[in-house]
Amino acid sequence: MGYPHPIHPRETPVLSRHFGEAEARSHAGWVQRGGYRALEKALGMTREQVIEEVKASGLRGRGGAGFPAGVKWSFMPKQKTKAHYLCCNADESEPGTFKDREIMRWTPHALIEGCAIAAYAIQAEQVYIYIRGEFTEPIQVMQAALDEAYAGGILGANAMGKGVRIDITIHRGAGAYICGEETALMNSIEGKRGNPRIRPPFPAAVGVFGCPTTINNVETLSSVPHIIEKGAAWYKGLCLSNPKSTGTKLFSICGAIAKPGNYEVTMGFPLKELLYDVAGGMRPGRKLKAVIPGGSSVPILTAAEAEETLLDYEGCVAKGTMLGSGGMIVLDDTTDMVYQVMRLARFYAHESCAQCTQCREGTAWTVKILQRLLNGEGRKEDLDLLLDLSEQMTGRTICVLSDSCAAPVVSAIRKFPEEFDAYVRRGRPAAST
Amino acid sequence: MSDLIKLTIEGHEVEVPPGTSVLEAAKLVGVLIPHYCYHPGLPVAGSCRMCLVDVEKSPKPLPSCATPVAPGMVVRVQSEQARAARRAVLELLLINHPLDCPICDQAGECELQDYTSQEGRASGRYADYAKRFNPVEDFGPDVLYVPNRCILCTRCVRFMEDVAQEPSLNVSERGDRAHIGIFEGQPLNHPWAGNVVDLCPVGSLLSKDFLHKARVWDLDKTPSVCPGCTQGCNVTLETRDNAVLRLKPRPNPSINRWFMCDHGRLTYAWLNRSDRIEAPLVQRDGRLVPVGWDQALARAIELMRAARGAWIGLVSPGASSEALEAAAQLLKAHGGGGAFRVAEGPEAPLAGVPDLALRKERAPNVHGALAAGFTREWASAVDAAKRAAVVLTLDEDLTGLAQPLTAGKLVYIGTVLPEAARGAAVVLPCANMAEEEGTFANLRGVRQRYGQAKSPPGMARPAAWILGAILEAAGRTAGAPA
Repeated sequence: MGYPHPIHPRETPVLSRHFGEAEARSHAGWVQRGGYRALEKALGMTREQVIEEVKASGLRGRGGAGFPAGVKWSFMPKQKTKAHYLCCNADESEPGTFKDREIMRWTPHALIEGCAIAAYAIQAEQVYIYIRGEFTEPIQVMQAALDEAYAGGILGANAMGKGVRIDITIHRGAGAYICGEETALMNSIEGKRGNPRIRPPFPAAVGVFGCPTTINNVETLSSVPHIIEKGAAWYKGLCLSNPKSTGTKLFSICGAIAKPGNYEVTMGFPLKELLYDVAGGMRPGRKLKAVIPGGSSVPILTAAEAEETLLDYEGCVAKGTMLGSGGMIVLDDTTDMVYQVMRLARFYAHESCAQCTQCREGTAWTVKILQRLLNGEGRKEDLDLLLDLSEQMTGRTICVLSDSCAAPVVSAIRKFPEEFDAYVRRGRPAAST
Repeated sequence: MSDLIKLTIEGHEVEVPPGTSVLEAAKLVGVLIPHYCYHPGLPVAGSCRMCLVDVEKSPKPLPSCATPVAPGMVVRVQSEQARAARRAVLELLLINHPLDCPICDQAGECELQDYTSQEGRASGRYADYAKRFNPVEDFGPDVLYVPNRCILCTRCVRFMEDVAQEPSLNVSERGDRAHIGIFEGQPLNHPWAGNVVDLCPVGSLLSKDFLHKARVWDLDKTPSVCPGCTQGCNVTLETRDNAVLRLKPRPNPSINRWFMCDHGRLTYAWLNRSDRIEAPLVQRDGRLVPVGWDQALARAIELMRAARGAWIGLVSPGASSEALEAAAQLLKAHGGGGAFRVAEGPEAPLAGVPDLALRKERAPNVHGALAAGFTREWASAVDAAKRAAVVLTLDEDLTGLAQPLTAGKLVYIGTVLPEAARGAAVVLPCANMAEEEGTFANLRGVRQRYGQAKSPPGMARPAAWILGAILEAAGRTAGAPA
């Protein structure tokens, strides 16, 4: 990645090549860097060809779930009977994740181009880019780029002069984590409370305003122009490990690391090398204790597990966690795991939409149990209770927010039992934060 | 029948139309899957997660309210996994619940109590933590909100949004701070708002009218029909110690679904009036004297036989069809007819249900009165009464009529004795609708039976019985009085 650090030789800058270049934000600057060639090319292809190209590239959703993007697009009805919509999920709120923000800040036209290609492929004339409300700078940059794109004839009733209507509207979020869940996002766009919807029906059948809708992440959509321009085979070739995970991935590395930031590497890159080589390793005198590799919602990896992990969808699953959003939280040996887990659970308890019982009550109870442990008033049974509670919070609810709260709790208790036991035995240890 | 879907629920095979939920299919084979947010009259929310069941080939338990049936589906309600999932939901619902059942009006008809004793844990593990506390809120004319008992099933929110179509309730806040909210300066005063109290599965939304009046297990419940307007909503009259304490809607998919309006719900005090006529009265030496039924009926028949000239009936559209028909028969035999008047008020439809409204005409049996042959020509009937030989009133309180009512004989059948009836030749005390069995015909002509919920005061008898006895004595029969 460019800004704020020079591109590391082991990075593969595709999305991040122009990060830090102020001129890349402008329409002219973007075109100078090869922008909008992919859109022009896509509009000359049939919609089916575009979808097939993306399918063949192996591009998978970068928001967390890793669903193949081309397959998702192909779920949209072929015969259009109602309006189709594309929603770009730019509500990047997952703790530890800040990659979409950088894409929007530095290469807004990449996202606009990706949105336009995807809209064309799924026969959508209207695109909503749902941007997290706190992202004031990205919203300004995106809006300026959008205005330029309209002025330059990229968008509108006659996009790129090809007779296709593509409109893009920025919809600003109002500060709820849950609105990054795709069905809550659609409710929010409709002006309703951002509650996840029960599925089925799936968005491709009944989405925003009751019409067929596709929702893609910023990073996913921004990758599309590169695939269209350079071909599926090229993208598929970007793979270091499992052939089901292709392309490049932006990792937001934060926490106890020497050089926090966004790093773009090829799928299958070893986590160990990303940490110690690309991101500068641990701070002086510190040792790696644990990594939460995919945003705060995924199971925690111990240092030993992390050092063996290959960073792609399958590589993370093999280690019992998930690639998620690529928001990597690094924890060193000064970390109090009980406190960290409580802090995460508190976030989920605060953000629960309050629909499902397990989530509304379970997340808050989890926090209370952990806080009592931290206060040195915990009991041995509390750990079993936490595990039991977490089990009932997993796979029981409309969306996965309560699963996300349970995952770090369960993995921390399983992987760092001695820290929990220490709190139970003798209250708050002296070394804790 | 080939388009039905066959599946197995708890070992019972059942065939249902496509699109039916597992929960509804289970009801058909007598399996009640516990649930809170689901209500057949509301859109599916799928959020309480109480109705989780195991479905073969599904790795995780599924919400039966939101899972449509599929061919060959095998559903287990009482599997260990499903029971554990529901036990967890119950425990979680109770962690912030005050467990104040002894002072809660809902106790005894509370789904949280019922399911907890059915399949909940004996004791919770949420020990030593403070429970969430929010003060009681006044939502509107008859609705109190007790947030501490709320389980956030959102039935009330969905009722106001989708059925009343006046979204005056909302879910405020998030996480475990969430509660049902109301908008500033907009009380819950929709004419059908009281249904949220019925819909609430716990004691969170309470009727102010019924507040702390009775324990529900002390109430006797009688199927009845609402006497509030011509809609004919099916209701349950709930009584204790011979007094009606509340009305609840009784589901009838073709008339009122699961609902009733606040006017019907709260206009029941007249059923408990204590200033009732308790014995038949006859005019003797310028005053009304109590007598037995035999004497009173004999006197009435004697007067009527002696009368020469026209008979006029002034009747109430709140009387049973049986009484109205008997009265009509009696009047017709003497060349007479009759009319009724009906109180009116503003019509208040329930937007989300077709053909359901609090009707303008505030009496239950306008159609029955018309079918029996009575007319709406009230003024001319009152005018004719002045010259009539016999005026027969049926549950008509004569309010506002010029005195004297008639130069002839007044045979007054009623529940209370207004000043205007003091000149009656005979006063025959009748039961009100809660004290008799009978039928009302609603505005669509549907004739519906209501049962006797309490006993009439003193010697009062159902009007159909009184009129039947007169007809019988007059050598005729009156069909089948109740």
